[in-house]
Amino acid sequence: MATETDRQQVEKLIDGELGWEELRNDVLPDPKDDQRFEVTRRLLQEDVEWDNPILLPLNDHLYVVGSEQGRIVKCDCGHEFCGVEKNWKEHARIRVREDEADHREIYPEYQTPHPDWTFQLREWFCPGCFAQLDVDAVPAGYPVLQNFEPDIDTFYEEWLGEKAPDKR
Amino acid sequence: MSIENDKVGEEKLAVTEKLTNGGEIGWDGQSLQSMLAETERLTEETGHYRGLEDLELKEENRFEYERLYSRLRGALVSARETALHVSASPIVREIGELCFQIYTPEGDSIAVSTGIIVHVHTGSLAIKWMIEEDYEHDRGIEPGDVFCNNDNDLGNVHTTDVHTIVPIFHDGELVAWADGVTHEADIGGASQGHTSIVHTSRFEDGIYATCEKIGEGDELYQDWKTRGERSTRTPMYWDLDEKCRLAGCHMIREAVHEIIDDVGAETFKQFTREAVEEGRRTMESRVQERLFPGTYRNSSFVGLPLAEEGWKPEQQKDSLHHLPVEMDINADGTMSLDMEGTSSQGKHSFNAAEGSMTGGLWVSLTQCLLHDGKVNDGSHYALETNFPEGSLTNPDDPQLSFHAPWGTIMPAFQSVWQNVSQAFFSRGFREEVVTGYSETTDTVQGGGTLMESMAQMIPDEVGDYFPVSPFDLSCQGLGASAVRDGLDHGYAMWNPEADMGDVEEWEMVQWGTQYLSRQMKTDSAGHGKYRGGSGWEGVMTVMGTEDCTLYKASIPDVAFSTAGMAGGYPGSTKYAVRAHDTDLADRAREGEPYPTGDTPPGSFEEHIDGDIERTHRGNYFPKEFDNHDVMHFQMGGGPGWGDPLERPLEKVVADVEEEIYSPETVEKVYGVVGEFDEKNRVFEIDQEATDAAREKIRERRAEESVPFEEFFEEERERVQDGDVSDPVAEMYVDAFDISEEFKSEFDEFWDIDRSGF
Repeated sequence: MATETDRQQVEKLIDGELGWEELRNDVLPDPKDDQRFEVTRRLLQEDVEWDNPILLPLNDHLYVVGSEQGRIVKCDCGHEFCGVEKNWKEHARIRVREDEADHREIYPEYQTPHPDWTFQLREWFCPGCFAQLDVDAVPAGYPVLQNFEPDIDTFYEEWLGEKAPDKR
Repeated sequence: MSIENDKVGEEKLAVTEKLTNGGEIGWDGQSLQSMLAETERLTEETGHYRGLEDLELKEENRFEYERLYSRLRGALVSARETALHVSASPIVREIGELCFQIYTPEGDSIAVSTGIIVHVHTGSLAIKWMIEEDYEHDRGIEPGDVFCNNDNDLGNVHTTDVHTIVPIFHDGELVAWADGVTHEADIGGASQGHTSIVHTSRFEDGIYATCEKIGEGDELYQDWKTRGERSTRTPMYWDLDEKCRLAGCHMIREAVHEIIDDVGAETFKQFTREAVEEGRRTMESRVQERLFPGTYRNSSFVGLPLAEEGWKPEQQKDSLHHLPVEMDINADGTMSLDMEGTSSQGKHSFNAAEGSMTGGLWVSLTQCLLHDGKVNDGSHYALETNFPEGSLTNPDDPQLSFHAPWGTIMPAFQSVWQNVSQAFFSRGFREEVVTGYSETTDTVQGGGTLMESMAQMIPDEVGDYFPVSPFDLSCQGLGASAVRDGLDHGYAMWNPEADMGDVEEWEMVQWGTQYLSRQMKTDSAGHGKYRGGSGWEGVMTVMGTEDCTLYKASIPDVAFSTAGMAGGYPGSTKYAVRAHDTDLADRAREGEPYPTGDTPPGSFEEHIDGDIERTHRGNYFPKEFDNHDVMHFQMGGGPGWGDPLERPLEKVVADVEEEIYSPETVEKVYGVVGEFDEKNRVFEIDQEATDAAREKIRERRAEESVPFEEFFEEERERVQDGDVSDPVAEMYVDAFDISEEFKSEFDEFWDIDRSGF
């Protein structure tokens, strides 16, 4: 089991409060802590205000969790997107920056895509809390990719040798 | 004569005797071809390198095994560190753009030195090609032979990387190959420089050595040396780089002979095979230890705006390249990488041979997964790749130009890094996340000759050609991780020991160019909770020259390569500005300001009078630069991680005070409002205004965003109408032509029978 020191270090890591010295000397080098996934998962679970078991984190706000509807993607604000097999972006809100004026809110003149090339920044927001969950940089007309389809049972059962938290 | 020379003589006699009696140079009387075939069969059948299910030497004599690896690796690093002093090119000597590798007789890498380690697999391909072409019986492979390759289609990254390959024999058998690679300052192509975007075919690329035998008895052939002297613009660099590679290979050969003398040939052979198998196992175990099984997808894009700059009619068009990456991380720890839907090969210099793509994959995984493991071709055996034939990532036409494949490799591997980073994050190793990097451009290149008046100051250089090929480009912004900001101006994807070199070093060899500045490029870093590393900019002028031409390439410029991750933005794009027929000399005389950058964009012109050329696209083809003409160049920032609104205020304050971001930008993107005292570099936050600005940004997200369905309908209509720019439409049409799979996925996503492209 992870020690309290390990736990505190992972907590600081999640919060972005680990200094370079500690990162360089304790966290980045090999071998890696084999308890990291479970320690991280438990800490994240303590931070959210809902009870669905976290199966894995997707980014700073989104989690795959167990629920009565099966495995779903859920925001830390509580908003539920869709089943894990679907693309959560198809259940999010989106703002597209394509015109130069839209790009210029983010970058100075000339440091944007060329205005004639119809190149977009697609900003994806949670409909519940409006956290910016992802940004895609794609040409107009590009399909919305499902960036990650996790193989959850293989991970828990074959790699960790235990049932996933929603099956325990 | 040295002991090593005696050894080569003895080995040559042993091999001659063996061949005279109908023997072969492979192990146990086998030919190299049969060794290669057997290795491939055994590996395929068992899933283990050469069927090695047990690592007997490693298990039974662990200390001896590790000692052997350390000796071999040490010999490679020592060869690199010693041999680079033979070179005169600052690219090799100062920046360290060289690498040494050692391979099994079949061409599988056992160990690699530091440096441009992307080449661990390219040498492998060249050796295997020579074996498949039966060099052992036709051209001949003997002790003391020297081979050379820089043909990308046979095993190389780009034309300017030149390999020297030396066989190592013991007791009449080929026991290993040594390979040294250097990056040339000039390779004699149609345009000056080492990574040209000007070329459209192989016939403009410069010297090509196609796995040629270039020497025997440890001496280079006279005709080969003459060819080099007369075929590049920088014959001295070419000559000394070649001597550097050969010296390094001979150091490695000597080290192998010493190891065999100490432990015996059989132990050495056993070790080399186990080391490759251990590399394969390390890769698989790392995948299971650090990643998450599943399917990952990302796409990168590269704009190639040549409609106005192109010299040849066939290259005068604007193109957008499509580089999709789908990766599977499997239950057994193997990985696959599929680039189905990649744009087709073309008449430009961004074609990337399959070997250069596997090199790119390898250099990426070395940095994120295998940084302490035994880095060799074993990891290659744990990976399955699909680089579609006829695409940019696996051209089927060797007559294409392969001068600047990095314009394909670097953007493509941004997607690979993001896929692997997603896996790191989900597994809890968020410190290992890297959102990507800025591609290593602006590549300032060119050359010229000195004026007579300058020649009086530097007598030895009268009339000499000077190349312009600084490696400023090797210090870009690295992407953020999920726990900290990216490294500022200090990263090159292809060489983990990035070094931009001292200005003085470049000026010593680029006689006619002078740096006016290097400084932070404000607002180049990708925004996020953790920002990308910042880029920087520089200004250069030309003095005391005649016939000086300069050009530069830029990625990204008209389009982003990729975004950030988890809500982070990409670093900014790059552009071009230069001034001809200037008043720089008058300004110098009068002590008036001159341009030291272009921040904010447009300020360059405030400090120079002349003919200003400013374009949104970052590239321009070779242009004549007269004395006192001025060029600006720019290195990019890395992508960010996370929602910018979650960036702690104290970090935003530091960003402004360190000129990473301007006060205007942090107000718009981060909602941080304050007063910046530029003189004292103090940024005072107005807390009330900041709270209001952050709230306003959040409100605008709600007001200006739409549900996915609304976006889908609007975008679908554009797809049906073909309402996109010409380069984008042509990208889709080309991808549909080369990949039915991509077309059907595209049509299925938009729920259409056919697009309007």
